[in-house]
Amino acid sequence: MTDIYSEQARNRRTTFFLILGFFVFVVLVGASLDVYQHGSFDALRVPVSTVVAGSFATLNTVIAFYFGSSLVLASLGAAPLEFENLTHKKFHNVATEMAIASGLPMPRLYVLPDPSPNAFATGRNPENACVAVTQGLLDVMNREELQSVVAHEMAHIKYNDILTMTVVSALLGAVSLLSDWAVRSWRYGGIRPRRSVKGRGLHPLALLVIALFVLFSPLVSRIIAMAVSRTREYQADAGAAEFTRNPLALASALEKIKNSSSPLRSAHRGTAHLFISDPLHRKMDDREGIVADVLSTHPPIEKRIERLKRMAYVMTGGQAPGA
Amino acid sequence: MGILYYLIPLIVIAAAVVWAVAVYNGLVTLKNQVENAWRQIDVQLKRRHDLIPNLVGAVKGAMEFEKETLGRVIDARAKALGATTVAQKGLAENFLTEALGRLFALVENYPDLKSNANVLSLQEELTSTENRIGFARQFYNDIVARFNIRQSVFPSVVIASAFGFKKAEYFQTEPGTHDAPKVDLSLR
Repeated sequence: MTDIYSEQARNRRTTFFLILGFFVFVVLVGASLDVYQHGSFDALRVPVSTVVAGSFATLNTVIAFYFGSSLVLASLGAAPLEFENLTHKKFHNVATEMAIASGLPMPRLYVLPDPSPNAFATGRNPENACVAVTQGLLDVMNREELQSVVAHEMAHIKYNDILTMTVVSALLGAVSLLSDWAVRSWRYGGIRPRRSVKGRGLHPLALLVIALFVLFSPLVSRIIAMAVSRTREYQADAGAAEFTRNPLALASALEKIKNSSSPLRSAHRGTAHLFISDPLHRKMDDREGIVADVLSTHPPIEKRIERLKRMAYVMTGGQAPGA
Repeated sequence: MGILYYLIPLIVIAAAVVWAVAVYNGLVTLKNQVENAWRQIDVQLKRRHDLIPNLVGAVKGAMEFEKETLGRVIDARAKALGATTVAQKGLAENFLTEALGRLFALVENYPDLKSNANVLSLQEELTSTENRIGFARQFYNDIVARFNIRQSVFPSVVIASAFGFKKAEYFQTEPGTHDAPKVDLSLR
């Protein structure tokens, strides 16, 4: 059912609605603040917060689209390769191999100076794609495992997942910023309900709406991240197996990632969903069920390993792995 | 009925022409992809041919007792350089892969070679090149399969034979081994 073109189209659609949703959300927050401050839209002449929020959303979308990948890379402290280093050279070679296997242009490569093994891809299209891995990943993986991890990232590039995920990252940062700002202004004055408009029926309702926005904006942003990430990981795993014809290598790479205990220092809420495995090691990722599906950015790593092993079983025509 | 009498056949013909053009263009696109994929293989084969003299030079001193193995690598390279058709190249490159495999296995017996930074780096380059050839071949064969299937299934077979499209040759792996079957990407 999921051929590559429908997958790419789905990602373009998702990105469009994400941006639209983000826009509407931010403008609504702005409008709610206006209403909150003045009692109703009738009472004010210039909807200052709405206009500010609108321009903020526009600017942010443009930045997210064109500079999202640079922002993400910078916020994680990604550095370009050093070719004197044999592990970096190997990474470059493996990426070249996977570019050939996938028929994609060569992505730009980066290394994060972090001992926790992990990897991610970012960019707005295959021509402007970047793949970054941690030094920890280069140190603990053998050639085949590294190859399968890079293949997983190349699959994200091929399906155009990177556009959606990068835009989400850049927008997520903005939403958290906005909600923080709203919470602050609520607490420290600035916006206060006017006693004079108390008689209007709209007022408590508006208050409720704002309260919801302020309280739930971090949650909403989380839900967006999850909506775009969970099935994608399974699909990219399958894509990696298609490029390398070696699903067991990815299974053993995931096993190694699972067993490394240290979380990635530079990763945070806004970028966690980009990685091959949740860099924050959140408990929710190991669970299953409806709540976990909504609240987690990654499927349980066990489940992914199991699927990969099943894939290997099918590929060898039903022989036991290694036979 | 006057106008419809002429209009309906016209519409049918127009639809047929549009379809034929679409199928033809699809075939031409695939043909170009096959050629591009083949060029990619060629680039990697050349890369391997260029790396071999360096490797032989680096290990020659320490491996004087392995003259035969070294000689086989050099011969296989020369034969591969002389091959012209897809089938010939496939065969010659297989010999080269085999000869290199034997050489690498022998390098394992020489501790000073195994720890030599130059040899290690060359070995990494050749390993990568071997992989690149493998993956380029995989990519090429996948496209050839799509191209050939398109030419033999109905209804596109009609267009393919009318315009004289020829099936592309697979880049063969050595007899006895086989590529792992293609993974089905659909998640059911």
